[in-house]
Amino acid sequence: MTLIEATDMEAIAIGGAVYGTGGGGDPYLGKLLAQRAIREHGPVRLIDIDELNDDDLIVPVAMAGAPAVMLEKLPEIGPMMAALRSLEALLGRRAKAVMSIEVGGLNSTIPFSIASAAGLPLVDGDTMGRAFPEIQMTLCTLQGIAASPLALADEKGNALTMNTISNAFTERFVRSITMDMGGSCCMAIYPMTVAQARKALVRGSITMTQRAGQALFDARARHLDPVAELVRVTEGFCLFKGKLADVQRTTDGRFGRGVAQLQGLDDYAGQRLQLLFQNEFLMARTDDAVLCTTPDLIVLVDLETGEPITAEQARFGLRAAVLGLPCVPAWRTPEAIALVGPRYFGYDHDFRPVEQTVMDR
Amino acid sequence: MIRVGIDVGGTNTDAVVMRGREVLFGLKTATTADVMSGVVNALKEVVAGAAVERSSIGAVMIGTTHFTNALVERRRLAPVGMIRLGLPATSGLPPTSAWPEDMLAAVPMHWRLAQGGYEFDGRELGTLQPEQIRSFATEFAALGLRDVAISGAFSFINDAQEHIAAALVREVMPDARITLSSQIGRIGLLERENAAILNACLGPLGLDVVAAFEQALKDSGISAPFYLTQNDGTLMSAEQAARFPILTVASGPTNSMRGAAFLSGLSDAIVVDIGGTTSDVGVLQAGFPRQAGIAVEVGGVRTNFRMPDVYSIGLGGGSLVNADMTTLGPRSVGYNIHTEALVFGGRTLTATDIAVAAGVASLGDAAKVAHLAPESVQRCHARLQQMVFDAVERMRTSATVLPVVVVGGGSILLRECVGDAAVTIPPHFGVANAVGAAMAQVSGEIDRVVRLEEGLTREQAISQVRADAELRAVQAGANPQTLTLLDVEDVPLAYIGGNSTRIRVRVIGDLNETGIATGTAA
Repeated sequence: MTLIEATDMEAIAIGGAVYGTGGGGDPYLGKLLAQRAIREHGPVRLIDIDELNDDDLIVPVAMAGAPAVMLEKLPEIGPMMAALRSLEALLGRRAKAVMSIEVGGLNSTIPFSIASAAGLPLVDGDTMGRAFPEIQMTLCTLQGIAASPLALADEKGNALTMNTISNAFTERFVRSITMDMGGSCCMAIYPMTVAQARKALVRGSITMTQRAGQALFDARARHLDPVAELVRVTEGFCLFKGKLADVQRTTDGRFGRGVAQLQGLDDYAGQRLQLLFQNEFLMARTDDAVLCTTPDLIVLVDLETGEPITAEQARFGLRAAVLGLPCVPAWRTPEAIALVGPRYFGYDHDFRPVEQTVMDR
Repeated sequence: MIRVGIDVGGTNTDAVVMRGREVLFGLKTATTADVMSGVVNALKEVVAGAAVERSSIGAVMIGTTHFTNALVERRRLAPVGMIRLGLPATSGLPPTSAWPEDMLAAVPMHWRLAQGGYEFDGRELGTLQPEQIRSFATEFAALGLRDVAISGAFSFINDAQEHIAAALVREVMPDARITLSSQIGRIGLLERENAAILNACLGPLGLDVVAAFEQALKDSGISAPFYLTQNDGTLMSAEQAARFPILTVASGPTNSMRGAAFLSGLSDAIVVDIGGTTSDVGVLQAGFPRQAGIAVEVGGVRTNFRMPDVYSIGLGGGSLVNADMTTLGPRSVGYNIHTEALVFGGRTLTATDIAVAAGVASLGDAAKVAHLAPESVQRCHARLQQMVFDAVERMRTSATVLPVVVVGGGSILLRECVGDAAVTIPPHFGVANAVGAAMAQVSGEIDRVVRLEEGLTREQAISQVRADAELRAVQAGANPQTLTLLDVEDVPLAYIGGNSTRIRVRVIGDLNETGIATGTAA
């Protein structure tokens, strides 16, 4: 067990933005909320799943909706607690630990506040090892673990519980209910036993985000190249360095879709790279080759500070590095690729692991 | 019309007199400890130098760092009563969350959470409870507060509740100075609210500074109306400035970039403003400074109102050079350059001395730097050029080589080229910031989330927002005939259905000759 103090949240939030791969919302507000909770209720006990018993109940807690809405309706613990308690009441048993559904974006920091306030440990791990935009896009789905029953709650006091026939239906219902709740809500979802969780868990992923964030702080303090340090600790690859020359955005009403163009700098001078995004960065390609696609992670960082840049922040003129991080192996099976691979997002391209495309070059 | 432009910086107070688009006279004076006597001196000298009748002066435009300094130095900040309209939501992160400790100590805050706010689609989130607002105001009055800030969830889409709450506060506190977050910030409740609180805590200082400028003009025998420049390079009336002092923050770099655009005739360029201690590098797009991304810290507090995107490096005319001439800055002799630098008979080796020794600049006594080893001098000057070039490179937006306009007193440090870019040093480069102030225009901006439904197209939505922005500009004193579109931003809201999109439109026009109407600030 590790105790997570308020100051530890700084590194976790930056790391959460790294693993957010350009989407998932800014972890900043979740960090502030967690820091307040920790100051009031005490540090979060971050535990390894093996510290629990096989039949203990674990409940991931997360926020759903538009990050832009959360900028106005600031996140708070009340609805998280309401969702958790509603689900516990429905199941007739109490959770022994909470968990993170995704370790990237806003949801990387959200579970800390509920863990602290509820006095529950937080399992070191998540169900994605990154951020994805839809509820069924978890390793749980691949392991036959249902998202339902689940509970949704808003700040007005509404709390709904739901039983669905599939995780894909859960996604549909949560989207439309979230709209009625005012664009954002809290979920207690994917209730599972420790035995189930072991099969779907990306173990140690919270420590992983903390390490990534800490690497950036250390690099700054020791005057090392933050980008190189980030590549090192994430065991990833630097795919490109360049300047954002153009960012085009379109909407299909649901995803912030778009394309960012980079003009090469340094070793990449004269080359071009395209970053395709739908909330998250999903594909990085040059004029003649695809370098990295979902489910591998594409991370855009400031060339000088190593700070992650979201797809929403991406704008003309930023100098950035594009990193490719291998996803966890469980995302690379044919079933997983069907769930979260390039074709699911409408790109006519076969997934190829980033370490192989790097070797090709 | 004859205009006087003044830019009050930390080191220098610069002033210029202009007739139409012609610079009649400009000068730099030292900023005085009391600020205002320096302003009076600058005014008197510049008017005398330009040889114009005081009565012929139509307007005086002033850019000042008064308010930035007060926030950074945590001086003269008033206690604030703050009401947030957001319950039943938002209580997880109350006002002043994430403020630095010393700022919290400097601004005694009394915040209250009230029922209210809107949803993203315009529905009410909470219903305003008049009794609740009155009781908060009663508490504030009992505490002896005068300055009040009011924020509300999604108030940038609908400001009605904030206005109603302000009226309720005034029932109890008729003399309250009230800042509404919807008047200042954009999306992001915490940041918009922070900007409102910072503005409120500058309330008494705002009045004092405006009154002091009024007095300074009077003492200089000038009866023309005066305006303060905002951080987007546009003007507000003295009365507005007293109410919205926060909008002057970072107007200095903006003024020098606008001045550089005007003096060089270039509308797309990179501007390097070299002062005594630092150089600020910014980008002109269509004649205006490129704006910074999302969050900008002011005095350690995160805000999100418009700010120029400026990259600063610790290099200026007074930058210290080490003995073996391998490093320059960031420490500087600052405004003591005229006594400290070798060429002026001082004892400190500065960047100015290097430029003189390298044969790039000619000022002071070159004999005093003749003993410096020529190779070391050239190498050091090359390093200086490289530092500026790196900063320029960083701000470039594409492979297109933009011209570089260099302004500020330290412009003399540079050769004709910085890297691959030709350097333009316009006439009156030393007082570009005062020129930028003198030529400032009036703008209007709207930032709003729109739902594209019931046949409403993106284009229609944008033109509606544009019409509202134009109305706001005219209310702020723009001549309607001169309005032009400055920029449009259209970002769909992620992770949400219903085709909601966030549209931001900025328009700008020339100052109406009859002056600024006394409405709300843009």
